[in-house]
Amino acid sequence: MIRAAPGLVVALMALPVAAGLAGAVLPAFGYFPALGGAAFSLDPWRELLAWPGLGAAVRLSLFTGIGATVLSLAITLLIVAAWQGTRSFRVVTSLLAPLLSLPHAAAAFGLAFLIAPSGWVARALSPWATGWDRPPDLLIVHDQAGLALIAGLVMKEVPFLMLMTLAALGQTDSARRMAVARSLGYGRVIGWTKTVLPAIYTQLRLPVFAVLAFSMSVVDVALILGPTRPPTLAVQVLDWMTAPDLSLRFTASAGAVLQLLLVLGALAAWVLAERLIAARGRIWASQGARAPGWDRPLRALAALPTLAIGLGVGLGLAGLALWSVAGLWRFPDLLPQNFGLRVWTDQSQQLWRLGGTTATLAGLSAMIALALTIAALQAGATRAVGIIYLPLLVPQIAFLPGLSALGLWLGLDGTLGAVLLVHLVFVLPYVMLSLSDPWKAWDSRAGLVAATLGAAPWRVLLAVRLPMLTRALCIAFAVGFATSVAQYLPTLLIGAGRVGTVTTEAVALAASGNRRLIGVWAVVQMTLPLAVFALALALPALLARRRRGLRVT
Amino acid sequence: MTLTLDSLRISRGGQPMVALDTTIAAGEVLTIMGPSGCGKSTALAALAGALPPGFKMSGRIYLNGRDMTDLPTHARRMGLLFQDDVLFPHLSVAGNLGFGLPRGVPSRDRQIAQALDAAGLDGMGARDPATLSGGQKARVALMRTLLSAPQALLLDEPFSKLDANLRDQIRDFTFAQARALPVILVTHDLEDARAAGGRIISVTGEPLH
Repeated sequence: MIRAAPGLVVALMALPVAAGLAGAVLPAFGYFPALGGAAFSLDPWRELLAWPGLGAAVRLSLFTGIGATVLSLAITLLIVAAWQGTRSFRVVTSLLAPLLSLPHAAAAFGLAFLIAPSGWVARALSPWATGWDRPPDLLIVHDQAGLALIAGLVMKEVPFLMLMTLAALGQTDSARRMAVARSLGYGRVIGWTKTVLPAIYTQLRLPVFAVLAFSMSVVDVALILGPTRPPTLAVQVLDWMTAPDLSLRFTASAGAVLQLLLVLGALAAWVLAERLIAARGRIWASQGARAPGWDRPLRALAALPTLAIGLGVGLGLAGLALWSVAGLWRFPDLLPQNFGLRVWTDQSQQLWRLGGTTATLAGLSAMIALALTIAALQAGATRAVGIIYLPLLVPQIAFLPGLSALGLWLGLDGTLGAVLLVHLVFVLPYVMLSLSDPWKAWDSRAGLVAATLGAAPWRVLLAVRLPMLTRALCIAFAVGFATSVAQYLPTLLIGAGRVGTVTTEAVALAASGNRRLIGVWAVVQMTLPLAVFALALALPALLARRRRGLRVT
Repeated sequence: MTLTLDSLRISRGGQPMVALDTTIAAGEVLTIMGPSGCGKSTALAALAGALPPGFKMSGRIYLNGRDMTDLPTHARRMGLLFQDDVLFPHLSVAGNLGFGLPRGVPSRDRQIAQALDAAGLDGMGARDPATLSGGQKARVALMRTLLSAPQALLLDEPFSKLDANLRDQIRDFTFAQARALPVILVTHDLEDARAAGGRIISVTGEPLH
């Protein structure tokens, strides 16, 4: 069974993506017998091109996706280069896990509440600085350029890239490289950029590609923060997908294929840019400019986005919680006049029901993913490593519509099992990513000693390796749980409206503008993964209380 | 009890490293000496059934006349000690000792208590191994191995991390406890080799000193 695990993992990742892509490409060229498309044609493409918003939607996808990726990467590298090894840096890194567990949608709602014309930023400045005594009629959230969307994406991608950078740093001799650079008179930031960055970027590439593909095609964050007329291409594809007029499915499929091509094109452009920058960078690095004087200003510069992200997330979430219990809250007032649990009680039945479904899906998918990951790692799955990124690189909007059509055809759509399976496709890569480093770092001599003491391989696994990795296992489970809770598009499309989670409910409320209702659902959405993360950290600490050798240093 | 290495050859990428042809009787200590990287630890790993990837082995290994060559590690009954104690951090001292004690052995608790007593760790069974001193950990590791009733003992520089006066004490304790077993000691330290009191050879079988 263990031996079959790597193959199973690869199949679980690759098959749905391949099937879903086929399910998008065929209808994009007119073939979809269930909807009367019996012959191949280019009509879907003609209809797509006839949509007047196409040019703007494509531009938006490219601009917000590439913009968010470049900004996230630049901010991450600047923070690490300027602050690595300091106490403030350790504080920042300790906040990464809760930040990562936060669903994109909850973070986006928090930001939307904060920067909206009636949000805390406007309230804090009014009326003394702005003269506003009522919320101004400004398009800040949903702005035409997609700046709010970029901000919402950066807020979540910086913690992800930061964690990946830290993992990469652990595998390079960054401390010695820095010591050499510093002793040669290099400043901290320039020395890091010239000596450490080239070594870690190779390992950062795939996460960066995943961020690019995700940012270009994200749906839930774009629904909450992105422009509306026209929306990004991904949102428009979803719109066509879920329209009552079924003939629009053909246009949707063509749009999905276009989205895939856009992402592939952007990835190709990114790789080209990498080459150019690397070639130019080699010349720059060998020219010997040391620039120690830049450290102070660059440190200050790095502190700005760190602070902005911290405040944006922190105040945003506080705002969500406050709105969920707010009674009357007049405009420039910083706090509501009174509080009440009315919305919570009104929603309690729905909250329990959907909260239960969400926790079941998340708990089961994380558990199955953990078991499969352990089995695959135990079998020594090295070739599978490349394939685990596939569901993260192919845009969800490109293959999920096709997959849902397949589910419909097989009569599986709208069942909890089908939603669980499609969650697994996205949960498994993150669980694998989270567990594989600690798995490899385990001292294999403990296994050898156990075997010489007469323990068979399964006993070495169950009685030695897994207990020693308790902490990593708990964190991997929490990562998987949080990933599942955050899934919007897979739940929506494969659940076919019959399987709902707190995430689909919260995002569906985005257009309603009902702040108290959104507050309640977003608070539940962020609390679930956060609670599991807290447990995942507390439980092993409790177990390790009497075992000093298990503590992390 | 005897351990026989019959034309044992280990090579890496076609490059021969280890060549051993010898028999070790019960109570005898064979010392293999050489600089680091000469293949002496690899030879021990091969005897334990854990040849690292990239190495090739030929020849046979017999323990009490039984061919062990193709058996997995856990079925070979060869105890192995490293220079680090490698105690399991998630188990208590008694838990570590009990791990090696075969299932179904009568009076487990008494055996564990006796082992603790022999190691001068009376009543410390419930302790967290991380709170023991270096010498105490080394003795627990040895007793854990002996409780698993091995038929031979493989020592991979087990004394090299201990400081000078502790070293003599642990060395004497180890050889005294293992006097009924064939023992192979791998070391780069001449003093350890002399204290073992047996033959001293290189990884290719030439007698040294």
